[in-house]
Amino acid sequence: MSIDLGTPALRSGTELVPALAEGETQSGKDFSSDQEVRWCPGCGDYAVLKAVQSFLPDLGLRRENIVFVSGIGCSSRFPYYLDTFGMHSIHGRAPAIATGLATAREDLSVWVVTGDGDALSIGGNHLIHALRRNLNMTILLFNNRIYGLTKGQYSPTSEPGKVTKSTPVGSIDHPFNPVSLALGAEATFVARTIDSDRKHLTAVLAAAAAHRGTSLVEIYQNCPIFNDGAFDVLKDRDSAQHALVPLEHGKPVTFGVRDEATGLGDKAVVRTASGSVEVVETASVPVEQILVHDAHADDATTAFALSRLTDNDHLNRSPIGIFRQVERATYDDEARAQVNRAVAVAPGTPEERLEALINAGDTWTVA
Amino acid sequence: MSQTKQVKQLDRVIIRFAGDSGDGMQLTGDRFTQESAVFGNDLVTLPNFPAEIRAPQGTIPGVSSFQVHFADHDILTAGDRPDVLVAMNPAALKANLGDLPKGATIIVDTHDFTKRNLDKAGYSSNPLDKLGEVDDLLAGFQVQPVDLTGITVEAVKDFGLSRKDAARAKNMFALGLLSWMYGRPTESTIEFLTKKFGKKPDILGANIAAFKAGWNYGETTETFVVQYEIKPAKMPAGTYRNITGNLALSYGLVAAGVRSGLPVFLGSYPITPASDILHELSRHKGFGVTTFQAEDEIAGIGSALGAAFAGQLAVTTTSGPGIALKSETIGLAVMTELPLVIVNVQRGGPSTGLPTKTEQSDLLQAMYGRNGEAPVPIVAPQSPGDCFAAAVEAARIAVTYRTPVFLLSDGYLANGSEPWSIPSIDELPAIDPDFATEKNHVSAKSADGEPDEYWPYQRDAETLARPWAIPGTAGLEHRIGGLEKAGTTEVGHGNISSDPANHDAMVRLRAAKVAAIADSLPPLEVDDPSGSAKVLVVGWGSTYGPIGAACRRVRRAGYDVAQVHLRHINPFPKDLGEILKRYDKVLVPEMNLGQLSRLLRAEYLVDAIGYNHVYGLPLKAAELADAIGALVGEAEGIAVDLGEHGTAPADHETASEEATR
Repeated sequence: MSIDLGTPALRSGTELVPALAEGETQSGKDFSSDQEVRWCPGCGDYAVLKAVQSFLPDLGLRRENIVFVSGIGCSSRFPYYLDTFGMHSIHGRAPAIATGLATAREDLSVWVVTGDGDALSIGGNHLIHALRRNLNMTILLFNNRIYGLTKGQYSPTSEPGKVTKSTPVGSIDHPFNPVSLALGAEATFVARTIDSDRKHLTAVLAAAAAHRGTSLVEIYQNCPIFNDGAFDVLKDRDSAQHALVPLEHGKPVTFGVRDEATGLGDKAVVRTASGSVEVVETASVPVEQILVHDAHADDATTAFALSRLTDNDHLNRSPIGIFRQVERATYDDEARAQVNRAVAVAPGTPEERLEALINAGDTWTVA
Repeated sequence: MSQTKQVKQLDRVIIRFAGDSGDGMQLTGDRFTQESAVFGNDLVTLPNFPAEIRAPQGTIPGVSSFQVHFADHDILTAGDRPDVLVAMNPAALKANLGDLPKGATIIVDTHDFTKRNLDKAGYSSNPLDKLGEVDDLLAGFQVQPVDLTGITVEAVKDFGLSRKDAARAKNMFALGLLSWMYGRPTESTIEFLTKKFGKKPDILGANIAAFKAGWNYGETTETFVVQYEIKPAKMPAGTYRNITGNLALSYGLVAAGVRSGLPVFLGSYPITPASDILHELSRHKGFGVTTFQAEDEIAGIGSALGAAFAGQLAVTTTSGPGIALKSETIGLAVMTELPLVIVNVQRGGPSTGLPTKTEQSDLLQAMYGRNGEAPVPIVAPQSPGDCFAAAVEAARIAVTYRTPVFLLSDGYLANGSEPWSIPSIDELPAIDPDFATEKNHVSAKSADGEPDEYWPYQRDAETLARPWAIPGTAGLEHRIGGLEKAGTTEVGHGNISSDPANHDAMVRLRAAKVAAIADSLPPLEVDDPSGSAKVLVVGWGSTYGPIGAACRRVRRAGYDVAQVHLRHINPFPKDLGEILKRYDKVLVPEMNLGQLSRLLRAEYLVDAIGYNHVYGLPLKAAELADAIGALVGEAEGIAVDLGEHGTAPADHETASEEATR
């Protein structure tokens, strides 16, 4: 039996969160707490924190209605440095705690800060279920491909063969591709960005916050102590253009050396006969054969295929941008709607209803 | 057809309905219970069913039973030994025969005593064929063989059901027969059936026909010549209903929501025997109750803790194995000092253990089962109906003291039922969330001496509770978490602190906060009618009934014994130590290997003597009475003989058993 839930579609992730009053303004400083930031010098987390602090005022939301929840790991110290409500919770459980927050309160902008170990290893279950439920929250997954806080063991995104303290002769674990995982878990918003590209990072954060549902943003983040240089290929100006595959909705997917006239890179992504995608020389195919990115496609097949272009070993290639953004009812909206509908038709005061409830059924009176 | 039927007066009867898992014994027992409740008897029930949904048909592991004890006076247990056994097949007979006292009545469905079923039950020959012979296994019992299935099929033949469907109505035939035997009112069962099968007229008709046929079978045949009468019990004035522990607990949580004005949020993962609470609460959205069926136990409590941070009345429900998984989050709730009610409907352990059986073996888990010094208050209901008040109390403590609270029910309370005197809403305690709305600390930077900062650990002087500032409260933005914080009375800013002195102070503060709950507890009620008892029996949780019944038995035999029952196990009530000192001997009956007794010994240096059974079933009052009697003899230097009173069915024929209170 199925029931038509009849929930009105809500388009913006922040639609029900109180906004600043007319004339009120906020700056990045308003979002900085008085706590000293204690990441290692050169940590990619600084760049992300700075980007988030300067981006949050743009949301125009009341600061007290923003909540950051984190798990355990270097990145999970994030909430302490933001002057919003926050909870630094336990390893892997941030999505579960955020689920309660998001379901309980429609007027909150809920953010989860997590890492590759926190989200994909110990907290993998909560992550996939949050994604399929599509709760209204934004998950920032800091992927440094290493365990930093515990001083350098391999993580579920480390490349095969990686030599670490716990894998002296090389890791034999096959890594997760976080974007593929999220797409497989029925996520409605999946994106990838890089700590060092402030502009791209901010644009992706803005889109993620605006999405109503669970947004997963994988952020490639360098750990200068235990995995330094993991993303160098993607950051070096020369190598990056051949390695990064920028995804923009409605645009042909190309990269490499740009042709000034056509705006196309010298490498292009095309479909294969089997339904996957592959990289070819742009000059070798007719323009209309180049894949045009459709982030809003109902079917996640192409988004998944694009995610597989990621090189799991040394990141010699990686698409970045928004892989997928589709609209689907959110768990928290639906849960509140069920409760609100029942409350709306409930007769009398809560006390009267309670009296009726406990007196229902077969009762008898002893004088 | 006309003959004289005899009517005998009884003061109490224990009936056990037993059959295959698919025979509808729980429903039959439940209907008989409702009829008895409406009639006005006091009663206590004990359902007992296998962990398998459908264990192999006809086998002993597949036997499901429902015991109901009903009386014309106040009773406390479901009874040790049934006076009447209704056995629907050989396995049900074999599995339950050992529990019957000599003289008990056994009604068997002869139809199912086939070679095949006898084999499955492990009978080499049919015991019904040997009645009255030298090797009669059933000698000493009143055996009533009736072809329940055959008569039922015949009675419902007009409804055109398949033979299988027709035979399924045999439980209603049995119910009708027993209803006649004990003069039960039948209207509520007809009403119930009408509601249940309203959309299937042939099934409804067959069930009603079978039910009436059972009644008429008793009334008109010569097989049953005695009808019994058990007068309504004299109960305190009030409106009553029959209620199970899980239902009462669910209503208690709804009531706590109403009394606090907070929306209830339940984060839960299905587990026997706690799932009914999730099912029930999911039906009460009209009270603003949100239920979230999580992906696992950890997310169940995690979501609840998130809802607590958000300002809701957060609850998570589970059984022992689930608590094991939730432990880390319970520690986080202790650390973040957020209100959270954790319900553990205990079952037999360790590990998966005995999922459908009862036990009290998670007390030390609740007390100590976390890393670090992580005190959590513990509240335990003593009877099915009491689960209501205990749930309200757990919520009161959680909200008032900003702490996770354990509510320790068990499988017996969860599924057992009793008449419940429905409380008046105004008499329930008010629960004040008292959300923080203003800054509470004057910093050195304050220009006007007015508070200019919010300190999340600025504690209440009396309760030591911290303020509860929820997201959306302007100016009160703050961060909490699992890392130690500076949260003392002097320095309550809540920033991360690894200062040794602060940690020592915080560990002591968290303990002192839980200890301070004792200031809000009423004095214990010691039941010591003569005032000269030398033996005190201390219990907690669902053993209240068996302990009370055992104490009555000891007193009826002319000896003195005192009883005290604990609702609060952490912290203990303030007067407990002084009470323990008043008695020469302290006996602690528990369905574990001595968990409360260990706590009492550690806390009060008292020589608490354990009485410990872990059969997955409630303690038997008669056996416990013997143990109490022996201890009384030891304490008073006398020979104690409790006699045999009250153990054989014939003893119930005169209203000789007096309620002691």
